[in-house]
Amino acid sequence: MSSYQELTARQRIPAMFDAGSFEEFLPPSMRIVSPHLAQLDAAVSFDDGVVVGRGKFGGRVVFGAAQEGGFMGGAVGEVHGAKLVGMLQRAIDERAHAVVLLLESGGVRLHEANAGLIAVSEVMRAMLDVRAAGIPVIAVVGGANGCFGGMGIAARCANTVIMSEEGRLAMSGPEVIETANGVEEFDSRDRALVWRTTGGKHRYLLGDCQVLVEDDTEALRAAALDAIADIPPGGAPLTLDGLLAEQAMLERRLQDTQGLSEPMDVWKGLGMPDPARVPMLEPDEFLTLATQHRATPTLGER
Amino acid sequence: MDWQSVAAQLFPGGHDITEADNFLSGSAQVDGKPVAVIGTTDHTPIGIEIALAQAQAILRTVREHPGRPILILVDTQGQRLRHRDEMLGINSYMAHLGKCVDLARREGHTVIGLVYDQALSGGFITSGLIASACYALPEATIRVMGLPAMARITKVPEERLTELAKDNPVFAPGPENYLRMGGLHGIWDGDLAGELIRALADARAEDGRMALGLARGGRLMAHPVAQAVRVGSDVRPA
Repeated sequence: MSSYQELTARQRIPAMFDAGSFEEFLPPSMRIVSPHLAQLDAAVSFDDGVVVGRGKFGGRVVFGAAQEGGFMGGAVGEVHGAKLVGMLQRAIDERAHAVVLLLESGGVRLHEANAGLIAVSEVMRAMLDVRAAGIPVIAVVGGANGCFGGMGIAARCANTVIMSEEGRLAMSGPEVIETANGVEEFDSRDRALVWRTTGGKHRYLLGDCQVLVEDDTEALRAAALDAIADIPPGGAPLTLDGLLAEQAMLERRLQDTQGLSEPMDVWKGLGMPDPARVPMLEPDEFLTLATQHRATPTLGER
Repeated sequence: MDWQSVAAQLFPGGHDITEADNFLSGSAQVDGKPVAVIGTTDHTPIGIEIALAQAQAILRTVREHPGRPILILVDTQGQRLRHRDEMLGINSYMAHLGKCVDLARREGHTVIGLVYDQALSGGFITSGLIASACYALPEATIRVMGLPAMARITKVPEERLTELAKDNPVFAPGPENYLRMGGLHGIWDGDLAGELIRALADARAEDGRMALGLARGGRLMAHPVAQAVRVGSDVRPA
C-alpha cells in the first residue's frame, strides 16, 4: 500500500498514469502564473496549482489533471481554471478515450474572486461538453484538502466519482459554516463529525460517490480503470432519464431524512446495522454491508 | 427590485409566475411565444430543497415543452450555510441543477439567466453562470463573498481589498465588472422586454465567455492560456 493522500499532484500523475507516458501541457518551465496574486503580495506558482496533460492509462489515450492542494489549497484562479478548460477542450479535439481528474480543491480562489467564480463555471461546462462528446469523465477525490466549493459541485458533474475513505467531498467547508452560524451549527474542530458529514463512507452510502476504496494509489488507479471500462458505449452524456433518476434519488433523500441532523441517523435510516460502528469498519466489511443499503439513482414513476 | 416589477417589465404580454417559499415558477409570453420562468426571490439562500425545486421545473419543461426557452431569475445571497445541507450533499443538489440546465441547453432550450437583485457564489454558479447567456440589471450585486469574510480567509487586510475593489474587476461586486470579465453578456437598462427578445435571439450554444473577457479587457489570461493548452502553443500575451 502507498498513500495517495500523501502524494503531491506531481507525484500522483505518474503514479496513476502508465509509467512515463504523461505529457504535460503548459508545463512550469513556461512560467505562466496568476496575474492577480502579486498585487496581494501572495506567492505565485509556475503551474498555478494544477498539472494538465495527456498520457496512457491502461494503454489508452486518456487526458488528465491533478490539482495541487499544497498551493492555495488547490483553489481555482483564472489561469488554473483556463488550463483545465483548455485540456478538456483538447480532449474533445483529440477524441480522448476518457478524462481523469484528480481533484483536490477548496473551490474558488478568493484572491481572484470574480475571475475564479467564472472559471469554475467554465470548468463545469467544459466537463459536460466532454461528456456530451461521448467521452467519460472520472473524478478522483482523495487529497488531504478534500474537494469543496465549486469544485465539489464540478466533481458531481463527472460520470463517476471515486473517493478514498479519507477523501472529503462537500460544498462549504466546516469553518465557513461555523463562522456564519456558530459552533453549535457545525463544530469544525470535531474531526469525527466533519468526517461523518463529508467523508468517503458517508458519500458512498448516500449515493454521491460511486466507488469507494482505501487510501492506496494502486487501488485508486485500478478503480479509475474499472470506472472507465464500466461506462457502456454511448453512456457518457447526460440523459433525461439519468437526470430523472437522480432527481428521484435526491427527492427520496430529502423525504427519508426529515428531522435528522446526525449522519449516523441517516445511515440507520438507510438500514445500516449498528451505525456507530461504521467509522471503524474495515473496508471490506464496510463495502459488503454498504452495497446492500446504499442509495442509488433509479428511475421512479414517470 | 422586487420580482413582480421585474416580471411586469419583462413580460408585457402577460405571465402566470407564482412564488412559493421564495421559489418562482411559471410561464410567460415573450414576443407572442411561451417562455418557462424559474427563479428565486428575497435574496433567499439556495438550500437543497430550492435547488431541487428549480431542477424539477427545468426537467418538467424539457419533458412537457420541448424547445421552450427558459429564463432563470436570480436573486440569492448564496448557498445555504447549514450543517444539514452539507450532510445531505448540497454540492450534489447544486450539480444536479447545473446538469439539468446543461441538458436543457443541449436539447435545444435557450436558457437565459438574469440577475435582477443579488447573486453570490454557490447560488449563482449552477444557475445564471451555466445558462446559455447571463445578464444583469444595473443595480444588481454579484460577488463571491463579502469583503470582510474574504479578508479573513485570504489574510489580506480589508482596507486593501476595499481599495482594490474600487477599480479592479476581480474584486468589485458590481455587474459592470462581471461584464468586463465576460461573466455577463450584457447589462439591461430600460426596455427589459426588448432586451429579453434580443437575448433569446442572440444566444449561442458554445461557451464564449473567455473570448468576451479578453475582448472587453477584464480577463486577459484565461482565453490565451486555454488556447495555448488546447493547441499546444506558447501563450501569446494578450
